[in-house]
Amino acid sequence: MTAAAAPAELDHGTSGAGGAAGHGGDHGPSTGISHVKLAMWVFLGSECLLFGGLISTYLLYKTRANGRTLPTDVFDIPFTSVSSFVLLMSSLTMVLALSGVSRGDDTAGRAWLLATALLGAVFVGGQVYEFTSFVREGVAFTTNPASAAFFTLTGFHGVHVSLGIVMLMSLFVSSVKGKLTRNNSETVEIVGLYWHFVDIVWIFIFTVIYLIPAD
Amino acid sequence: MTVTADAPLELEAPPQPRYAERPLGVLTRPQGGRGWRDWLSTVDHKRIGIMYGTAAMFFFLVGGVEALLLRLQLAAPDGSVLGADVYNQVYTMHGVTMVFLFIMPLAAAFANYFIPLQIGARDVAFPRLNALSFWIWLSGAIFLNTAWIVGGGGADCGWFCYTPNSGVAFSPSHGVDFYAIGLQILGLASLISAINLIVTCLNMRAPGMTLMRMPVLTWMLLITQFLLLFALPVITVALFLLMFARLFGAPFFDPAAGADPLLWQHLFWIFGHPEVYIIILPAFGVVSEVIPTFSRKPLFGYEFMIFSGIAIGFMGWGVWAHHMFVSGIGPISVAAFSLSTMFIAVPTGVKILNWLATMWGGRLRFTVAMKFAVATVAMFTIGGLSGVTHSVAPADTQQTDTYYIVAHFHYVIFGGGVIGLFAGLYFWWPKVWGYMLDERLGNWNFWLMLIGFNLTFGPMHILGLQGMSRRIDTYAAGYGFELWNMVATVGAFLIALSMLVFMVNVWKSRRTAASRPAPGPDPWDARSLEWSIPSPVPEHNFDEVPVVRGRDEWWHRKYGIDDDGQVVRVATVEEAAQRGDAVGVHLPSPSFWPLAMAVGLPLIGYGLIFNLWLAVIGALIVIASLYSWAFEPVDDPDADHGHGHDEGHDGGGESGDGPGPDDAVGEVETAETDEPAAVGASEGQS
Repeated sequence: MTAAAAPAELDHGTSGAGGAAGHGGDHGPSTGISHVKLAMWVFLGSECLLFGGLISTYLLYKTRANGRTLPTDVFDIPFTSVSSFVLLMSSLTMVLALSGVSRGDDTAGRAWLLATALLGAVFVGGQVYEFTSFVREGVAFTTNPASAAFFTLTGFHGVHVSLGIVMLMSLFVSSVKGKLTRNNSETVEIVGLYWHFVDIVWIFIFTVIYLIPAD
Repeated sequence: MTVTADAPLELEAPPQPRYAERPLGVLTRPQGGRGWRDWLSTVDHKRIGIMYGTAAMFFFLVGGVEALLLRLQLAAPDGSVLGADVYNQVYTMHGVTMVFLFIMPLAAAFANYFIPLQIGARDVAFPRLNALSFWIWLSGAIFLNTAWIVGGGGADCGWFCYTPNSGVAFSPSHGVDFYAIGLQILGLASLISAINLIVTCLNMRAPGMTLMRMPVLTWMLLITQFLLLFALPVITVALFLLMFARLFGAPFFDPAAGADPLLWQHLFWIFGHPEVYIIILPAFGVVSEVIPTFSRKPLFGYEFMIFSGIAIGFMGWGVWAHHMFVSGIGPISVAAFSLSTMFIAVPTGVKILNWLATMWGGRLRFTVAMKFAVATVAMFTIGGLSGVTHSVAPADTQQTDTYYIVAHFHYVIFGGGVIGLFAGLYFWWPKVWGYMLDERLGNWNFWLMLIGFNLTFGPMHILGLQGMSRRIDTYAAGYGFELWNMVATVGAFLIALSMLVFMVNVWKSRRTAASRPAPGPDPWDARSLEWSIPSPVPEHNFDEVPVVRGRDEWWHRKYGIDDDGQVVRVATVEEAAQRGDAVGVHLPSPSFWPLAMAVGLPLIGYGLIFNLWLAVIGALIVIASLYSWAFEPVDDPDADHGHGHDEGHDGGGESGDGPGPDDAVGEVETAETDEPAAVGASEGQS
């Protein structure tokens, strides 16, 4: 080996008596963040690109009417504002649910979990109503590129909210069964990460899709 | 999960039937063992790696046969081996198979097997998710290929599947549906795997294994996982739009309805160009392990190698439109993407020069693995240089859709990716299987492959510059294409012959393994931690989790520097290596649910194409498996803790110091605590 080897050697300490101290893998996760929580963060990073692709598709197509009605022509901004507000409030109840579970206050935890799921369900219900009324007004999935892109984007988001509701209800059930305690309240935090992410995505969608007018 | 004092423990485990009844009654909890059934339920990252590798090599043969059919068709003018329609299907499926069913899973095999070993972990962060990734990948691979049987033929739109050519009007068989849904299934597998391996790399490093001490293979695989993480959702969007366009008539790519077919190209290549680096970076990692070992020098410019890899990872996102120079994206876009494409050659060039500098002045040993590694550097350089010619947009306009492009990407993907991974196969074969591959047959393998490869793809540069188009099923005599096409076909059969030699080598080496000396833990005098444990690797990987004090940790356990600055051996392999005889190390319990869940996904796919009821059945299987999985404890309380199962996969997992369920556990982990032989010399306590 030549001198080039030396730098690599420098930070290589002696393995003296102190070396045995760390044996056995009794160290926590290297980053200090639990595996599952880190995995959720990483997954949400991937989700950003998923919604990024869908939002880009809509922005490209939002004025492609094919001679028919555009989604922007039938938007009911006040209605969607209310359902957006409902969804945003569910982030507040999500935080309260986490607070309840991590304090060991099962009653509060369950109540807020249920409230979060209900608010989410109200939002999804509003979306179903919105979709059906759009179809009645002549904007269906295959009407034009704009409508196809609109329904795909908001549909994807609705499915994400629905999956979140399933997770929240699973948490609720396991709390009732006594399996969700302050010791594993991190599960609530992780589901909360997902839930807040879905909310934040909606802020983008609502602003970019609904509020910025198509000219 | 940690078995701590307050975890439910059976102090007197009653004798259990090997497949104990479980509450749902459908599938019993497997107990592990070494029979073939246990491969179906395994969560061992090494077995999953082996399954990835084996399946990938199988699909290499499938894709290879498809390539030979193409070359037979093109060997002479007016070929009639395949009709035009079948030719379209075969070249499409050749590309899809080689990219998604061979190179990516072969890289996944290396990632699964070696990331935990190189960072000193007992398994990946989520062992059952790891099994799920493999089974989903396999189900997607099978699904994709069943298009030949039930789909009315394979996809016929090229692996890039441009719209509107891939629409129902131009591609009426179900082949493209299988492509759109199959790639979504494969993408899901890669996404889950990427999340799992990222968490593993970031969270499960042994004490002292800082990021800048991780072996380069692990680093390059980590970057690859990040590229997968961000690239896959983009292609998922594209495939989803294509699927809805074909199945439900959504006008996403219909110019008549005012849609823009170029959207597909953008989405595809935003995925597709990072995909190129997803293919090549694992091979770069392999080469960066093999060359230092056989040069007896540390890798030159470790930090530069890592940061070049990261730079490639970032810049790979800014070059996609160089695939679209002739699509009319406008002069500003063309200029910008020309420049970014030229710039990305810089970090790649850094890597090549660092490999050369590593070899410079080293004590080189040209084993087969080293030959493959050096060939990778050389062949990739050729491919990289022709790549730079593409970045010159006017030249690219001439070359687009000619064989020059085919030559270029085979030089980077085959010459860089495949040959690089073959270096890895020869290098790590003894570690995985416990016997060496024969060097003499390996040399035949190497030279046949190298010569065959250059004969196949070298002439395509000339054919392309002469104006021969890609994707055309035949050509007329008299254009000067005859000679080089024949040469390429001969070369393709030489590659096939080299694969035959490889298989004979495996078979023969395995048969004669008993009569030859065992390789021991470290047959190559290598540098990273996987060589500090026996070959083949014991189920629990490390008797004790190693404490890392520097880069090339294993090397420094064998060698020190004396007062004159000379390298001296301070410990033999036998002294320094772990013995692999620890008992009772807790490993994650096996599970059938990943396999069960993976079975449901292709059913959903068939259902979307043929009959929605089938999709309902598939969805029910997936949901039932998901919930059964969620309620199945990670650590089987019924498991026999005496030998080898349960736990330890969790980075936070204290392996074995807690009170165990049976008496043997008391001596677990403490029996083997003496540190591998000390390395004297340098002082710095890091």
